Amino acid sequence: MTDKEEPAISIRNLVFERGDRIIFDHVDIDIPRGKVTAIMGPSGTGKTTLLRLITGQLHPASGDIRVDGMPVQSLRGNELYALRMRMGMLFQNGALLTDLNVYENVAFPLREHTNLGESMIRTLVLMKLQAVGLRGATEMMPSELSGGMARRVALARAMIMDPEFIFYDEPFTGLDPISLGAIVRLIRHLNQTLGLTTVIVSHDVGVVESITDVNYLISEGKVVAHGSPEDLRENRSSWVQQFMTGLADGPVPFHFPAPDYDETLLKEQS
Amino acid sequence: MAASTRSTTRRSRTGLAAFGAAWIFFARVVSLFPRACMRPLLVTEQVYALGNRTVPLVGFSGFFIGLVMALQLYGVLGRFGATVTLGPIVAITLMRELGPVISALLYTGRAGTALASEIGLMRATEQLSAMEMMAIDPVRRVIAPRFAGGVIAVPLLALIFSMIGMLGAWLVAVVMMGMDPNVFWGQMLSSVKFYDDLVNGIIKSIVFGFCVNLIAVYEGFHALSSPGGVARATTRTVVIASIAVLALDFLLTAYMFRGV
Repeated sequence: MTDKEEPAISIRNLVFERGDRIIFDHVDIDIPRGKVTAIMGPSGTGKTTLLRLITGQLHPASGDIRVDGMPVQSLRGNELYALRMRMGMLFQNGALLTDLNVYENVAFPLREHTNLGESMIRTLVLMKLQAVGLRGATEMMPSELSGGMARRVALARAMIMDPEFIFYDEPFTGLDPISLGAIVRLIRHLNQTLGLTTVIVSHDVGVVESITDVNYLISEGKVVAHGSPEDLRENRSSWVQQFMTGLADGPVPFHFPAPDYDETLLKEQS
Repeated sequence: MAASTRSTTRRSRTGLAAFGAAWIFFARVVSLFPRACMRPLLVTEQVYALGNRTVPLVGFSGFFIGLVMALQLYGVLGRFGATVTLGPIVAITLMRELGPVISALLYTGRAGTALASEIGLMRATEQLSAMEMMAIDPVRRVIAPRFAGGVIAVPLLALIFSMIGMLGAWLVAVVMMGMDPNVFWGQMLSSVKFYDDLVNGIIKSIVFGFCVNLIAVYEGFHALSSPGGVARATTRTVVIASIAVLALDFLLTAYMFRGV
């Protein structure tokens, strides 16, 4: 039984390490049900890692990650797969299966998980492809698609099993304005019409702000700020202001830590 | 001193964990073999991709090796007046040794590398992660059918190699050198033993098939997600599988042909 007010995804005291580097240091995040939540932060802060932790592809050193009340870190084998049946994920490059055409890529989860007849599979696949505007591309191979088209096909595939949760990993990176607009409209449309709990990992502040309900800003293993886009705009923290307005000067230094510039140059000359 | 001991301990632990993980992976892939065969279409596709496409390479190699063996043996055996034994020597050598070993080495170079790089690229382009997220086990859907297809293909390639090798030897001995074809085939038929020569050769190539395909799928599945990582996986497949085939051949020969 799930309460409408309870977060769909709840993360408590999350600690994750890679070698000697701490990626997440006692992080708490709540992702509300049926809303669009963005996880933002500079490159290399572990945004994609967070998605992999939520979906059980990685295991935390400690802490609790609950999706619809289920502790993801404790789920194994079939339990984890049963939860993933309720999830869809759009990977940064689409991750389409390169030896299958568009139609077969979208039909792939149906063929693996159901015993539906070919006519039913065809109807469902064409419906999803129509929704992303690519019904005419069924015979194309992934290598023939543009980046934006590949992501739309991957979105159709992610939606084919009618998930409750959908995760987008950097969905706006490297898209031309028309493809970007199409993806943004699709994400918002899918959330509004199907009531999906949506998580977007991105650092495109301007685009993300236009479609999200809740934003989390993470940096150096901590949640720096969270709230609605308006809350973050009004946040007084110089770090948040620098990130949200894209200033080069601020608490996040432009230069990676290094010895003194003059000294280094003189030392090399001598 | 203490730091270096700690570093060595950590490296040993990591190495031991990787060794254990490799054996768990091997056990999983082998245990999925019967289940993979329950989806014959997937396995057939792989037998075609890995086996059929290696037939020209194996066929040409077998043919030329048969030609050279017959040329060499005809001269040497002629010195002792023993050319009648050419057929049996060629057949036994091909069935027991050259067929299984060379076809496994050729398979490693042609299909094992393709297998490792294909799986490695699937890893690098997140196709395997995408399957995980679709609640589809990539070991069951991608690895097991490829492994099963490869294991079926290798003994068949070894048989093709041996048969074409014998034809090559027949061409030199009978057509070029004028040896009596009845002597060539008759001596071969009477000397070759079904179990000792043919069955043992097939068992060898099945063992090589298991070994080469396991190494290829393991290296591909655990490749680092970068061009260098895929290249390293491909190279490691060739090096490790080739050495493993030659070492296993010695062990199997020592066990199978004691006193034969």
